[in-house]
Amino acid sequence: MLYFDFAATAPPYDDVVDTVALTMRDYYANPSSLHRPGQVAGMLVQAAREQVAKLLGIKASEVVFTSGGTESNALAIQGVARQFGATRGKHIIVSAFEHPSVEAQIQKLAEDGYEITQLPVHADGLVSIADIQHALREDTILVSVMHVNSEIGSVQPLAEIGALLRGYPKVFFHVDAVQSVGKLPIDMHACGIDLLSASAHKFRGPRGVGLLLVRDGVELSPMLIGGGQESGLRAGTPNTPAIAGMAKALRLSIEQLGNAFAHVQALKEHLHHRLSDHQEMLGLAFTRNLDPHLTSPYIMHLTAPGLKAQVILHALEEDGIIVSSRSACSSRDERPSPTLLAIGMTREAALAGIRISFGAIHTKNDIDVLADAIIRVITRLRKEEK
Amino acid sequence: MKPDAILLRLGELTLKGRNRHRFEQQVLSQIQRVLKPYAAITYKRAFGRMYIDLNDEPFEPIAAKLKNVFGIHSFSPVYTCTCELQSIQEKAVAIMLACIDRPTRFKVDAKRADKEFPYDSLQLRYHVGGYVLQHVDLLSVDLHHPERILTVEVREDRTYLFVETIEGLRGFPAGSNGKAVVMLSGGIDSPVAAWMSLRQGLRIEAIHFHSYPYTSKQAQDKVISLGNQLTEYVRELNLHMIDFTEIQLYLKQNGQENLLVTLMRRAMMRIAERIVRETNSGAIVTGESLGQVASQTLPGITASSENIQVPILRPVMMMDKQEIIDLARRIGTFDISIQPYEDCCTLFVPKSPATNPNLKVLRAIERQLIDLDRLIEKAVQTKEVLTLPRRVEENFSELL
Repeated sequence: MLYFDFAATAPPYDDVVDTVALTMRDYYANPSSLHRPGQVAGMLVQAAREQVAKLLGIKASEVVFTSGGTESNALAIQGVARQFGATRGKHIIVSAFEHPSVEAQIQKLAEDGYEITQLPVHADGLVSIADIQHALREDTILVSVMHVNSEIGSVQPLAEIGALLRGYPKVFFHVDAVQSVGKLPIDMHACGIDLLSASAHKFRGPRGVGLLLVRDGVELSPMLIGGGQESGLRAGTPNTPAIAGMAKALRLSIEQLGNAFAHVQALKEHLHHRLSDHQEMLGLAFTRNLDPHLTSPYIMHLTAPGLKAQVILHALEEDGIIVSSRSACSSRDERPSPTLLAIGMTREAALAGIRISFGAIHTKNDIDVLADAIIRVITRLRKEEK
Repeated sequence: MKPDAILLRLGELTLKGRNRHRFEQQVLSQIQRVLKPYAAITYKRAFGRMYIDLNDEPFEPIAAKLKNVFGIHSFSPVYTCTCELQSIQEKAVAIMLACIDRPTRFKVDAKRADKEFPYDSLQLRYHVGGYVLQHVDLLSVDLHHPERILTVEVREDRTYLFVETIEGLRGFPAGSNGKAVVMLSGGIDSPVAAWMSLRQGLRIEAIHFHSYPYTSKQAQDKVISLGNQLTEYVRELNLHMIDFTEIQLYLKQNGQENLLVTLMRRAMMRIAERIVRETNSGAIVTGESLGQVASQTLPGITASSENIQVPILRPVMMMDKQEIIDLARRIGTFDISIQPYEDCCTLFVPKSPATNPNLKVLRAIERQLIDLDRLIEKAVQTKEVLTLPRRVEENFSELL
């Protein structure tokens, strides 16, 4: 089997599996306990926190361990709304294509009387700074933007957005960086980001654990309350094995970030090259260009208008190739992807969207096998179509 | 702009005569020890001064290390260039422009060791100063009260220039004034007293009294962390962990409640005196500060040190609490000291400890404490000696 769905979830590093197993066995005590085993488990969680902070260029006090991307997004959005909604204002700005975990929170706030401005996403897959500037109001409390879009891989201009928002100190800047942490360089403080969500399983860590980075000085209202863990921001016994595994996965990913980025970009260019030779015959369209500054090299999106994404996906699977039709969190949805419609794609093309997402472990040979399979499968489907 | 060398000034104020050479050697060996990771650097002596040639090693982390070495009065980042006047002039301008605080009044101090150099010192000053004036805005020459002195030294091979001076810790090189036993609690004051002892050139043996299991292992780890922090300034130090539990319980059961703290302090001092003799030290150092707690009144201090035959040094005795805290922050012990673990002095503390303990009463009580000598002897015998630095934390580097 060749697995090209790293953006949905990535296979954990072998070393991470070992770390999780060892930690479960040897450091099972509650990190909040006063006895020695508990204190040692607490030191391990703290060491993991410091390691994560160092790798991401922030302070250990700015790291909150959560159960994953969905919880991080919820804590960021609800945390700001509950803390400041009553006093500073009830206006929130989000981009038109956010992950369902952001969208649903925003929807909920709208029901509770918040006003939401959805930023249009232009054909280039990006929000515009001018649109944000235009949308900002006296009562705006939050701007939330997804760094790398999980479906088409477009990279939003965080530094520019952050620079704009520096002029609005009452507006918090949240970034859903689930598809970029461990893959793209990201400097939270240089970009003026207040809150940043990440999820371990996207960078080959364990599932069920994630990060919310909270800039020092930002006060949030917690969602889970009780034992006061995570500086009161997230009660609940820390998931020591998952936290240790995440710290390890982040180290392994960030230590090779530059090389992996270049390698994956080369793979993507190779696939693009192989497919574009047959592009017309197959009726293929590439959703994004190859510029690694504008599109994450880890994600490639293409469509075969007229065909159904699901059919392509299953046909490839019969050849042992795993790809995805769209963001895993909405792939059971029959309607065309709003993301693709938002960037101006036709309904027909949107229904035929295929997402291929890579990892540094893929080889050029893997890409050749993938390209051969895509060409074979789509040629066959096009024939059957007639 | 990256410095090419560092000029070191070693305790010029404190030293004279024949001691100077020994002093310099001691500081130098400490510098070589802390800079060991920077393999490319070389040391040389010129113009009667010590230079470190960086040979492309980074200045900032090396400067950070030098700031923790006792016996360095100050040091300067040095820039070098060839001995042509033009390149000296250009280097001088670049240096002045790179000054973060952009001084407005300066002067040039120039020397030439190379008498072949076509300009004498006076001419060199004139040519360099004039050129700098032309090329740096808002700058004027002030020969009497300059904010900065740009020093130019022309040697056979290279010319050395420097303008910045970074304060060192001063003090005496490690161990140049003998050895003392420091009573190290987990608090804010005693680590500062220990550090001041180190700065004054004392080697130290630290002793810590614990009352495990009444106090926690974390309290002991905290003291180890404090000792570790002190080894930023000294190669290593011994930490004597003394089990004070039995003595403390014995005093609590047989003493007088309001005198408990004084009785404990007297016992601790006797143990410290034993360690002084055992380790060939010359004094006891404490973190006592006048008036800070009930036992640190003049009568309290008198009572706790009665009968002690070695000198007791109390470096922070006259310091204001805020001064102590500031220093604790500077030396990196403050954040460790404020961790919440109890030490043995805060256990069984009476509601109203005597601020003016009566010596006669104390002596009378101690005469009744027939087991005390034996317990003190036992505490000394069963002490555990740790050589620091050692890691308190578990090592998770492989796991993570």
